[in-house]
Amino acid sequence: MRIGDFRASYAHDESLWPTRVQRAWLGVLALALIAFPFGANGYQVSLACMLGIHVIAAAGLNIMTGYTGLISLGHAAFMGVGCYTAAWFAQRGVPFFATLPLAGATAALLGMVVGLPSLRIKGLYLAVATLATQFLVVYVFREWDSVTGGVRGVNVPNASLGGFELLNDQRMYFLIAPVAVALLVAARNLFRTRVGRAFIAIRDKDISAEVLGIHLLRYKLAAFAIGSFYAGVAGALLGYFYRAMTPEYFTLQLSIFYLAAIIVGGLGSMLGTILGAVFMTLVPELLRGVVAGIAQWAPRATEILSPVQQVVFGLLIVGFLVFEPHGLLEIWRRVRRTFHLWPFRA
Amino acid sequence: MSGSAFDWIALAEYSAIGLLSGGLLALIALGFVLIYKGTGVINFAMGEFMMLGAYFFYTANVMWRLPTLVALAITLAAVALVAALIERTVLRPLAGQPVISVLMATIGLASALHGGVDAVWGGANLEMPALLPRKPFTVGEILVPGQVVWSFVLAATIITAFTLYFRFSKTGVAMRAAASDPITAYVLGIDVRRTQALTWIFAGMVGAVAGIVVASMTSLSPALGGAALGVLAVIILGGLDSIAGAIVAGLIVGLIESLTAGYLGGKVRDIVPYVTVLVILLVRPYGLFGTRQIERL
Repeated sequence: MRIGDFRASYAHDESLWPTRVQRAWLGVLALALIAFPFGANGYQVSLACMLGIHVIAAAGLNIMTGYTGLISLGHAAFMGVGCYTAAWFAQRGVPFFATLPLAGATAALLGMVVGLPSLRIKGLYLAVATLATQFLVVYVFREWDSVTGGVRGVNVPNASLGGFELLNDQRMYFLIAPVAVALLVAARNLFRTRVGRAFIAIRDKDISAEVLGIHLLRYKLAAFAIGSFYAGVAGALLGYFYRAMTPEYFTLQLSIFYLAAIIVGGLGSMLGTILGAVFMTLVPELLRGVVAGIAQWAPRATEILSPVQQVVFGLLIVGFLVFEPHGLLEIWRRVRRTFHLWPFRA
Repeated sequence: MSGSAFDWIALAEYSAIGLLSGGLLALIALGFVLIYKGTGVINFAMGEFMMLGAYFFYTANVMWRLPTLVALAITLAAVALVAALIERTVLRPLAGQPVISVLMATIGLASALHGGVDAVWGGANLEMPALLPRKPFTVGEILVPGQVVWSFVLAATIITAFTLYFRFSKTGVAMRAAASDPITAYVLGIDVRRTQALTWIFAGMVGAVAGIVVASMTSLSPALGGAALGVLAVIILGGLDSIAGAIVAGLIVGLIESLTAGYLGGKVRDIVPYVTVLVILLVRPYGLFGTRQIERL
């Protein structure tokens, strides 16, 4: 049983990982992340790559929605902008370590434009405005042939570093995983700063935040910019991962997927983001496995796979909202508390 | 208009069709407004209610070969049941939760209903019987398809009926009272839970009728569920909590859609609602007739 941890200084209290146990586990996790692609099969590695991308995008959305309270139904559009930007530069020979920030920056610019009305409108209205943006941006993807290739989409050249081409999923993993880790740590750090605290104040009550001297427009725009930056980077990685991309990928469904991920995981928490993104990515895969099993006896089962996935997706969202509004994070905390307090009851 | 290259007849036709099809938009918008007024939620599952209504009707009318009116009655009863169930199991436990929770709950519902319909009836296009007379109406040289006119008449009738119901019936007045101030209404002895359940039932039934009409004019597939998203433009323009706004905005959006479809093509038409939404939100966020929200600390 652990009694508690005592923080003797502000620096200690503010540190990201205050206890030695946490740091030890992080070390184990880091080793596991590095070792993973060598032990896993191709399917698992490509799944891990997708997970990394989803985690980055969901982290961006959580910064906007979970921490700052700005609901966005247009996250997929920002990802798309990032993806097309990266493709455009990559086709002109710009290396990935430049295209990734460029993709993020372009998405952030668009995010700020979309965020401009957020000073006047919020809540449901902002949700509708971002929904409209989602449709408009995808329309642009479809129609702006010279840049986006229209409905046929774009090809993204392989990412390479000094002649070393990232031509398979295993190599992509070593691009995606470090970027994801870096962005997650950056996000955690953000909320130890003045800016991050301002975001949280705005979420809790924006008028009060303004009274406290927080420049609402500036910080709301910053939240949009940072959240969209994450989406843009995720989109760029997605482009490198799939090597080709069409507008059909960046639908409203994808935006909803990320909202679902952060709600199921836990709003306003990076650990929640990871849990949610992993959970929402793995559940459809699990269902696919179950349905494949059933299909041995009932061949029609595969036909209803995608509707069933949709139903489960919807029920998961509703179920979590009704029964576990704080998401997987709360479940995680409960489990952890149980272990910490054992043999006493939490 | 001799010598003029401009085709005034076409303009008149586009306008007439646009205004008349605006009736249907206003009807769908009514479903949104009812729920927003009653419970403060934008119901993103509205399109799925339309879809559900159309599929129930198809099952009763085409698969079981029941007469149209019986099928309609069964459909309305079934959708009412589903709506009441949803209100009781999902929306009521979420009362008082932040906007994003309730919003996401309706989105989750939309996904579940959409998948459910797809699993039960399949994703293929089904042929609905034509319910409304097809015979076109002609006024001078202007020709308007009969279905459009009759759908307008139907929508106008339903909207009028609801307006009268809210104005004169006891339950209707109670629902308005509960919508404008739930706590006071509750203190005055109005069963707010019941009025909120009724709100969902009414909205579900309105959606079902709209869904049946839309499906009978085009065809029936799970894609019908997405049709309601475009109507968001109508309710934003009209003001989220105004039935009168929904009507006026329905006509305006119908007109804009028809004119863009006529002059700029169908692709542009599809994004008209969303451009409209953004413009309104920038210029006049509470819409034409909506209540301006004042926030205090």
